[in-house]
Amino acid sequence: MNVLDDINIPVDPSGALSGETGNALILLQEIAHAMRHLLETGESRTLDLLAIPFGPTDEDRLLSELGQGEVSATLNALGESRVWESRYSGVWVVEHRNLDGQRVAFQIEITRMPEILCAHSADIESGLKRLNETLITGRQGFTSENPQEEP
Amino acid sequence: MTDNSSTLGESLRRQGVTRRGFLKFCTATASMLALPAGMAPAVAAALEKARRPSVIWLSFQECTGCTESLTRSHAPTVENLLFDYISLDYHHTLQAASGAAAEAAREKAMHDNAGKYLLVVDGSIPLGHPGYSTIAGISNLQMLQETAAGAAAVIAVGTCAAFGGLPKAAPNPTGAVSVSDIITDKPIINVSGCPPIPSVITGVLAHYLTFDTLPELDQYGRPMAFFGTSIHDRCYRRPFYDKGLFAETFDDEGARKGWCLYKLGCKGPMAYNACATMKWNQGTSWPVESGHGCLGCSEPSFWDAGGFYKALSIPTGDISRTVGIAGAAGLAIGAAAVGLNRAAKSRAKQQHGTVTVDDLEKTS
Ligand code: SF4
Ligand code: SF4
Repeated sequence: MNVLDDINIPVDPSGALSGETGNALILLQEIAHAMRHLLETGESRTLDLLAIPFGPTDEDRLLSELGQGEVSATLNALGESRVWESRYSGVWVVEHRNLDGQRVAFQIEITRMPEILCAHSADIESGLKRLNETLITGRQGFTSENPQEEP
Repeated sequence: MTDNSSTLGESLRRQGVTRRGFLKFCTATASMLALPAGMAPAVAAALEKARRPSVIWLSFQECTGCTESLTRSHAPTVENLLFDYISLDYHHTLQAASGAAAEAAREKAMHDNAGKYLLVVDGSIPLGHPGYSTIAGISNLQMLQETAAGAAAVIAVGTCAAFGGLPKAAPNPTGAVSVSDIITDKPIINVSGCPPIPSVITGVLAHYLTFDTLPELDQYGRPMAFFGTSIHDRCYRRPFYDKGLFAETFDDEGARKGWCLYKLGCKGPMAYNACATMKWNQGTSWPVESGHGCLGCSEPSFWDAGGFYKALSIPTGDISRTVGIAGAAGLAIGAAAVGLNRAAKSRAKQQHGTVTVDDLEKTS
């Protein structure tokens, strides 16, 4: 990939080749609609950006319109994921990459909290199991060194 | 032979994948399958219980481009999808075994999974002479017939397997035919393209894994989710087409400004494929975005469609006149094209009501 990255691609500085489809504006309208829906019904919506026919500059345009809000998070689960709240509260950008760093999903979620950030019961259960094991092992270690403290 | 008894959910948990990781995998899979984005939980519920299907992959008259495309796929952890979540029991380019041992593996997989395995085929089948293409001394025709007999379904990967492709191009010296010309008693999914988009190949496998059924197909047996809309209807240069603004050469002002490539032979209006949204090379770009018209490689007989640089839909060959009219009456024709586009979209929507982008586009 490095070799490919080294190939110099001249960019037309005039910006004439904008390749903008107007899809960014349509998406912003859709997002506003989904925000109203969230407020009225509590229902979340997700827009799949990989399914939108973006021109070369549409994505940048959309992301710069959305900007960066108060919250951002990085996850490490089957590769890195980045989640950030836009400057419009309740509008989140979720980008998933695989273990090779390639983007496999790119979505706008209109929700109070993206599902991927929540701790899931199965993971809490397995966490509790591991913590219990640690406590038992710890207690054994503790017992041998400080027998007087064991009831 | 691999252990096919555990479910995908069990297998992932054994590998220490958390629910977050699983949800991410399902989100990527739903996106790849062009399902509405909110369907990730339903995909998760289905994939949790999915069992690994046995897959036999046969390569006939082909250039290995389809396998190359697939193995460079960036689809969600495709290495896992391919090698952990399906049981790829025979693929003579990828497998380590060769000769008699390879054929024994194919026969064992056919026997152990009779009626249940998926058969993937790339390449066309020569009927001109059995000796034109053989594997282990077995003709392509014979191997296809005997392997398809016990398959649950056949996936014809690439335009060669789906429609005959390049080997079938005039004068078709080997008498090449497609899989569906030979196999008529099994469900066949045509995943055309020269090569197909890798995520579309894995998407069809993922659909089978997720729902244990075959996806909805179009008139050419192609999955609607990926082939339901024309390149033209999803092309970001479409507004230029609608305004009658065309590049006339590959280096003129129109080309530099990213105008429509119709006059340079773009076959986007007759080509049905997912390039405009799924793109190529890890979503980097696609032919029209790099300045070259679509060749229509996912369509039957695209090699014999009259020349890659010849503009479409002008039976008289008078390109300049037709496009000239389009340019002069740009707005009116643009409006008509949008109308047609709407009709096509609503048709697509009726046929597969699950594609989110259509829902988005209706607001435009
Ligand atoms: S003719 Fe080709 S370049 Fe022009 S809008 Fe259609 S698909 Fe895009
Ligand atoms: S843009 Fe057209 S020719 Fe190119 S890969 Fe896609 S369908 Fe085939």
